[in-house]
Amino acid sequence: MTGEPILQVRDVTKTFGGIIALNRVSFDVFEGEILGIIGPNGSGKTTIVNCITGFVKASSGHVLFRGKDITGQPPHKIADLGVTRTFQIMRPYYSLPAYKNLVIPLFSPRARRTGGWRGGGRLGDRNTVGIDILEEIGFERDSYVPYKVTSSLPTGYLKRLELARCLALKPELIICDEVFSGLSMSEIASMVPLIERLQMDGITLIMIEHRLRELFQVAHRVMVLDFGQKLVEGSAEEVMADPRVREAYFGSEKVEEVMTHA
Amino acid sequence: MSTDTASRRQERIDRGIKVRTAGLYALMSWREVSYLVLPRLVLIVGMLGLPMMMPGMYWKRVISIVCIYALLALVFDFLAHFVGLVSLGGAFFVGTGGYLSALLNTKLGLAPLICVPAATLLGGALCTLLLLPCLPLRGVYFAIVTLMYPLFLARVIEALNILGGTDGIMGIDSFPNAWIEQYLVIVLALLIVFGLRRLVNTDFGLVLRAVKDNDQAVKASAMNITYYKALAVWIAASIGCLAGACLVHIYMWAGISTFALDFSVLPIAATVIGGSGTLVGPLLGCLILVPVSELLRDFGTLRIVFYSLILLGFIVFRSEGLMVFGQRKYHQFERWTSI
Repeated sequence: MTGEPILQVRDVTKTFGGIIALNRVSFDVFEGEILGIIGPNGSGKTTIVNCITGFVKASSGHVLFRGKDITGQPPHKIADLGVTRTFQIMRPYYSLPAYKNLVIPLFSPRARRTGGWRGGGRLGDRNTVGIDILEEIGFERDSYVPYKVTSSLPTGYLKRLELARCLALKPELIICDEVFSGLSMSEIASMVPLIERLQMDGITLIMIEHRLRELFQVAHRVMVLDFGQKLVEGSAEEVMADPRVREAYFGSEKVEEVMTHA
Repeated sequence: MSTDTASRRQERIDRGIKVRTAGLYALMSWREVSYLVLPRLVLIVGMLGLPMMMPGMYWKRVISIVCIYALLALVFDFLAHFVGLVSLGGAFFVGTGGYLSALLNTKLGLAPLICVPAATLLGGALCTLLLLPCLPLRGVYFAIVTLMYPLFLARVIEALNILGGTDGIMGIDSFPNAWIEQYLVIVLALLIVFGLRRLVNTDFGLVLRAVKDNDQAVKASAMNITYYKALAVWIAASIGCLAGACLVHIYMWAGISTFALDFSVLPIAATVIGGSGTLVGPLLGCLILVPVSELLRDFGTLRIVFYSLILLGFIVFRSEGLMVFGQRKYHQFERWTSI
């Protein structure tokens, strides 16, 4: 793969009591790529996100961001380095208007330092910058949507708001935890170019997904997790051709069906 | 009646939209300006005029106590509604601020007008420091710890017989004159009401509200939530200690009863009655509850029974609180239109 490894995950293990959620998982993420992580339910996808971003502490192993060990640091310090995440179950501030959701990340030390997304080192008025980011992420600027109370927004906008919160921090790496789930086909269709544009703007992305067809459209490489262990890593074709993946993930007949749709 | 409603219906219109959305429009007519200014003016003039309407020293003193409780109720409302911390710490803050001011006055001989701000700053810092361990936790822990400290400190003073023991600290100087004594707390209560209302709408206040809404998202936004909670607690504890410091100089005595749980519980009841989340409601709640509790003194032991019945009535019939109800009625009006 081209470029430097921006994130190195080394032998990360996480146990919850007797349950092994992650078992010595290692992988690299390279600068500027989109890495897809797939796996059946309960295979440890969200746990690996939590371990990287500090929301849970890994039982053993290391996570290195740009060569610096970030294992065991609190979430806000890791986010301050530019490693941001979305939540699978959306976590907006429901009581605030949509654009005020972005005032909060824009208030952070990192946003003040970097100026936020497209800030170029200078942070303007937080409300205006917030609405700029929302517009770029697909909120209609001249409509009332950015000003609506967040609790009244549909799922599609909330998923975008999750991404927008990452952008407000001017991220280097975004870990998307199922941004396509719960969206309609047309909503996903409009999200795909957005993801591609972010990658083109130089952001590295890790995408955790169940929607394989859309994931294979955007991801450069795919990694498969099963029962907390890494099964395979490679291009979409390589991964799909692997018999272990067929068995563990899809069941043997389903593969043909998914592949023909892809 | 049925034919009546078939041809017309009631519609509800929000009166304040124009004034509240764009600041400049509000200055375009006297009606709009007065619409905004009038309720605030009523509060300010009413509070400042209140002592003059009171018949004697006793009721003037009651107004001061109302303001002390109002500060504590503000602290509760601010922490519970805007930071998401349920605080039972009224007694803790009053006791700490009260004893500190008393010590500064009697041991170091400082004037009350220096003791009060000093006790505010010192007490706020001390309370925040003592509460720091439970700030990273979510849930009921903050409530438990704030309830535990006043009980703990009162027993320590009693058992070790320090700081005057059960007799308390006597011979504390009063404020220089009756005017300062009366109006200091009133002006402070008003300043802090409007100050806090302004604070919660700044970007900093927005972060505090976000911590209440969703602390995980704030962490993911590269912000240390413990730091912001500590800042909020520091602001709240300082206001509580200020109330305590004023109280001991009004009574010229500081004792174990400054750690009494009345200071924790009455502000919560006042917030419920006045309307939580408005920051004016708690003040209004204290203006009702404290005098009512004084009036009920004639009933002896039955006082608590009547007091509880009044509280119950409010909770059953106006559970949203007076101020929330009042604000809605002020901003909206209803009229019949024909269909």
